[in-house]
Amino acid sequence: MLSRTANYLYWMARYVERMENTARILDVTYRMSLVPKDARLADQEWYAPLNITGTLYPFEGHYSQVVPTGVMHFMTLDPDNPASIVSCARAARESARAVRGSITSEMWEVINATWLEIQKMTDAALSSDRSLMFFEWVKERSHLFRGVTVGTMLRDEAFHFHRLGTFIERADNTARILDVKYHVLLPSLEDVGGAVDYYQWAAVLRSVSAFESYRKVYRSVVTPLRVAELLILRADMPRSLHACTREAYEILQHLSRSKSSEVLRLAGQIQAGLQFGRIDTIFAAGVHEYLTNFLESIGALGTEVNKAFFATGESAVSV
Amino acid sequence: MSGSGHFDEMYRADGSIRPHYQPLSDWIAATPAERIKQMREAANMLFHRVGITFAVYGEEAGAERLIPFDMLPHIVPLEEWGMLQRGLEQRVKALNMFLHDVYHGQEILRSGRIPAERITGNKQFRPEMVGIDVPRGIYAHIAGVDLVRAGAGEYYVLEDNLRTPSGVSYMLENRKMMMRLVPELFARQSIAPVEHYPDLLLDTLRAVAPSNADNPTVVLLTPGQHNSAYFEHAFLAQQMGIELVEGADLFVADDTVFMRNTAGPQRVDVVYRRIDDDFLDPVAFRADSMLGVPGLVNAYRAGRVTLCNAIGTGVADDKSVYPFVPEMIRFYLGQEPLLNNVPTYQLRNREDLDYTLAHLRELVVKEVHGSGGYGMLIGPTSTEREREAYRLRILDAPDNFIAQPTLSLSTCPIFVDSGVAPRHIDLRPFVLSGKQVVMCPGGLTRVALREGSLVVNSSQGGGTKDTWVLNA
Repeated sequence: MLSRTANYLYWMARYVERMENTARILDVTYRMSLVPKDARLADQEWYAPLNITGTLYPFEGHYSQVVPTGVMHFMTLDPDNPASIVSCARAARESARAVRGSITSEMWEVINATWLEIQKMTDAALSSDRSLMFFEWVKERSHLFRGVTVGTMLRDEAFHFHRLGTFIERADNTARILDVKYHVLLPSLEDVGGAVDYYQWAAVLRSVSAFESYRKVYRSVVTPLRVAELLILRADMPRSLHACTREAYEILQHLSRSKSSEVLRLAGQIQAGLQFGRIDTIFAAGVHEYLTNFLESIGALGTEVNKAFFATGESAVSV
Repeated sequence: MSGSGHFDEMYRADGSIRPHYQPLSDWIAATPAERIKQMREAANMLFHRVGITFAVYGEEAGAERLIPFDMLPHIVPLEEWGMLQRGLEQRVKALNMFLHDVYHGQEILRSGRIPAERITGNKQFRPEMVGIDVPRGIYAHIAGVDLVRAGAGEYYVLEDNLRTPSGVSYMLENRKMMMRLVPELFARQSIAPVEHYPDLLLDTLRAVAPSNADNPTVVLLTPGQHNSAYFEHAFLAQQMGIELVEGADLFVADDTVFMRNTAGPQRVDVVYRRIDDDFLDPVAFRADSMLGVPGLVNAYRAGRVTLCNAIGTGVADDKSVYPFVPEMIRFYLGQEPLLNNVPTYQLRNREDLDYTLAHLRELVVKEVHGSGGYGMLIGPTSTEREREAYRLRILDAPDNFIAQPTLSLSTCPIFVDSGVAPRHIDLRPFVLSGKQVVMCPGGLTRVALREGSLVVNSSQGGGTKDTWVLNA
């Protein structure tokens, strides 16, 4: 297929996934903010969504203070923030429009209707009593889009590029969500193991729809080690780093013409590290350091995908 | 309803209903206004959702608008359609023969039927095409011929669009919408289907591939998302199952065209291009074109790729050449034209110029190279000031203008807020020329939504309707 088309499909999927994950991050931040705690911590937690998405610096350029209403607006409906939900919806729709011929009509209609509806929304839709409904709506649109894609799209290259974008973005986002708890929401020493700490871990699980799965898998109390294991190493946890990178690796095996390409090697390496990794080793070396490394590897994988599939040109002609 | 000097598609002058509109008329009478209102809203919502929009030049960048859709169909009886089809096939055949001739022996010029300088001095004449043989000798593979009815209902050809005619996606989407909204009407009358148009188009495009391509790869070349007809480009590519490419997706090596694929370069045999000649190839034409493909024209001249439509078709649909089409039909086919031309004053002729300037209030004046309804003067609805300004433009370069009598276009009923009212329409059927000349029974009916207006162009506030050719 056309390199440009593949590129747009890949990014369309990434933007939809990012939109969903941003809604998840805000959802969990909002829920955490409802847990009683001392004021210092309360202010700190609204830094989390900005840190996760790497937008603290641009935020501070436009807003004077990190307060809930400001962060909410910036992350949802602010068209000047390229990482906001509305910006992701627009970027996904523009990508879809560029490749309308390669996606099904149903996929286009879902993505176009999402864009048309979100344009009508105002900050009133995000007032405290309705913001959870808004996040639900965003997640539902993303679920719907994924369902329509899986249910209607021919299993050709276009489908694989779409799925590749989904899993690379999801791996990145799950790592960021987990890192925030490790890095940003570090409780003061006396709080470790306390109620706030427990609720924060539970919230992290909920943000990736993993709370119920946690109960099923461990049948036990929520501990940091197990949360990390579930979200990093469990192959059967659909948003875990292991599950996402395994999917990405399998897709790349389909897509790559040469079995020795760098993109395939790198994806295999990342995948193997997760498949054979041990949570105590990761803990011993530091989860934050581990996640930082992982985000770098995923970034590098994105670069290799770009080189291998989207930047093909004259040099490759053999007439 | 009629009687104001123009032909009405639905009503006779005495107010009675023409038989082919009777079932529709019964349906309107039996359907509550509330339901009709709901259906109109549903149609609007669906068009928005599906994203059947077009961009309007000159408006805010990226603005997308719906072309207003009217639910009442334009109905054409079978025998009338048969006449139109024969006339259109005859006309397009002659136009293709003319194009082959002017780029080869120029018999028609040497015979004196058309003044030679009118052709060879025309901006749309492409010297690059002289002596080049194109597959099957066909230049205008896709033609969108604009027809109007005037007087007592006679059909006239208003324009032969032979470059990159658009609008066929609306023909298809309007039909889909009608079947969704009012399936009961399709049960009452036997209406010829149009849904196979993409198949006919793909067959046509494959049939004109270079002779050495046995399983030709066809692509649709679009200027991109910001083009007013982008929706149509994406729609047709999808319906035909071919790649929608932009200039940067293609490159030329050794006079062969390739597209940049994820699996490496893939050879392209036929380019259905929706980009004007000037922008096709920055090496051959406008050097500042970012839309085109460097080297494409050389590959084309070498016969390694087919462009649809061919380069240089504009010399046959130019408004200054239009008056000679009946003569082409006589010259190449030895037949009398089946469809009428609108009488045309050519302002390069002194007499015609004088007449036009003295009768600006009654005439429609158009730019020779214009399209889309931009830059024309409609005498009867113009103001004194507009006419004066236009007079100066004409005097500045009379060669650039033609004038035609203001035809009282036929009207067809549309839904308006107060009920049903007549509005002026035209009809653009699409004629495909490949192995043979084929057509879909129907076309795009455009309607001027403002009361009394004669301008049907979508860029000027026109709308569209479904067109029904009856099967019996």
